[in-house]
Amino acid sequence: MDKKDLTLRRSKQLRFLGNELFFLGPTLVFFVGIILLAFALSIGYSFTDWNGVTNEVHFVGLENFKKLLTDRGYWNAFGFTFRYAVAAVILNNVLGLILALMITSLKRGTNFYRTTIFIPYAMSAFVLGFIWRFIFIKGFPVIGELTGLSFFSQKWLGTPSTAYWGLVIMSVWKHVGYVMVIYIAGLATVPEDILEASCVDGATALQQIFRIKLPMLMPSVTVCLFMSINWAFNIFDMNLSMTAGGPYNTTMSVSLNIYYEAFKYFKNGYATAKALLFFLVVALISILQTRLTSKREVDL
Amino acid sequence: MRRLIGKIVTCLILTVIAAIFLLPFYITLLGSFKSYQEIFLNIFGLPESWSLTNYTEVVQKIDFLTAFRNSFVITAGSLCGIVLFSSMTAYRLLRIRTRLHRALYFLFVASMVIPFPALMLPLVRIMSTINLYNNLLGVIFAYYGFGTALAVVLFYGFLKTVPASMEEAAMVDGCSHIGTFFRIVMPMLKPTTATLVVLDIIWIWNDYLLPAILLTRTKLHTVPLAISYLFDQFNSRWDLAMAAVVLCIVPVLIVFLAFQKYIIAGIATGSVKG
Repeated sequence: MDKKDLTLRRSKQLRFLGNELFFLGPTLVFFVGIILLAFALSIGYSFTDWNGVTNEVHFVGLENFKKLLTDRGYWNAFGFTFRYAVAAVILNNVLGLILALMITSLKRGTNFYRTTIFIPYAMSAFVLGFIWRFIFIKGFPVIGELTGLSFFSQKWLGTPSTAYWGLVIMSVWKHVGYVMVIYIAGLATVPEDILEASCVDGATALQQIFRIKLPMLMPSVTVCLFMSINWAFNIFDMNLSMTAGGPYNTTMSVSLNIYYEAFKYFKNGYATAKALLFFLVVALISILQTRLTSKREVDL
Repeated sequence: MRRLIGKIVTCLILTVIAAIFLLPFYITLLGSFKSYQEIFLNIFGLPESWSLTNYTEVVQKIDFLTAFRNSFVITAGSLCGIVLFSSMTAYRLLRIRTRLHRALYFLFVASMVIPFPALMLPLVRIMSTINLYNNLLGVIFAYYGFGTALAVVLFYGFLKTVPASMEEAAMVDGCSHIGTFFRIVMPMLKPTTATLVVLDIIWIWNDYLLPAILLTRTKLHTVPLAISYLFDQFNSRWDLAMAAVVLCIVPVLIVFLAFQKYIIAGIATGSVKG
């Protein structure tokens, strides 16, 4: 009797393990082998002077991190990325919300508007960067001539401040559709009866928006803020193709700075240290943001 | 009456905004048929003649067809693996509650915060060590690694809303875990799979940095990489570039328009859940 129980239990355990391996195995092989391993290696390499090409790797302790603290270019990039993120996140969410409110107020044509505003998101950021470069360098001056507005005729990608706005404009054009879709869905969860009751009580449309719709939208706001902050801090593709950090490294994002450090100057160890610090900052901001906005979510 | 005026105004504003949004595509599409000079002289107007020379030149100069094939292979290969492996994992993590599974799920969620630059440099090292550097399969494996986190989270979130009754019934009838998964669970996952497929196609087809790091041989380049050539080596050939951009955009556009129901619904529900 005992022996039978034992072999039964053993075979059950084996079957369980077999299933575990089958269902989790492939995913874990790639997840651990690529993400976790790369992350661990990153931490390791950040303490070396590896140049990414040869096999010469020397341990340098905290040298890289000390160098970080005084690296002007890196901190300028951080500053730029931060300023860019503030503008992009605010514009994305405010415009996305306004567009969502406008679209939900209509009955017909919503699909068309929603789709057209969303389409830029489906396109390659890298490829679009070239197109927008063309628009800013050649297209805007033409509009400037036609309309006589000097706003369009300035050297958009030639001065730091306008190049900054150029990037913000392009980024918002690309991302606002996604944010808008989330807000549209969030607005759909606002119960009709509450809105009707407020109408009966004499609420204006604006009051409805600020007192009812917005508080109930906080979950969507949490998600949208999280995503737009992520997009903004991780900007790379369109930065590279539209400005390549120019003019004179004034539109250099952190990702671009790290990329150049590794592939132009061949300082992989140093670049990895930069990347890890970048990761810590982004993670911290994301966690703070989710905590903050989750608290303000309203339950019915 | 005021409501009607309000609606008309809203419609007008939205139409103007939609037109502005489409403007870059309009310029690019028309530009792809224009000669190099005409692009600069006549940005917004219709081309003098609808010639396809830009397109034919692009296909030759940057070996566009090969790039297209590479992008397709990478995208399709990555998608198959991501969908299959992640759905299996999400099912297992959700239906069998152990501490390990909870920890793994948390790990997947947490990994999504790691920015790509923190991983890209060792990635090259890993790929060369297993001899998959400059190899399409290496890129596909990389996408498996990067894509599973989001996919698992999406499938997990969806499966949470599905009661396990059908699966339990199947298992009572003698179906194994594996059988239950493939026969009962997978068909249920179609909407989430559709959303994931569109999101991942948008990501993988349009990606520049990952293929740029792992593929240096021109024969292996993907479409975005090929397009970047038009700017380094041929000194901003905008005429060719516009044709190339149109060729790059069209496939994703078709997929997106065909599946837009799913992706828009998926983004919406996925976000409401968190």
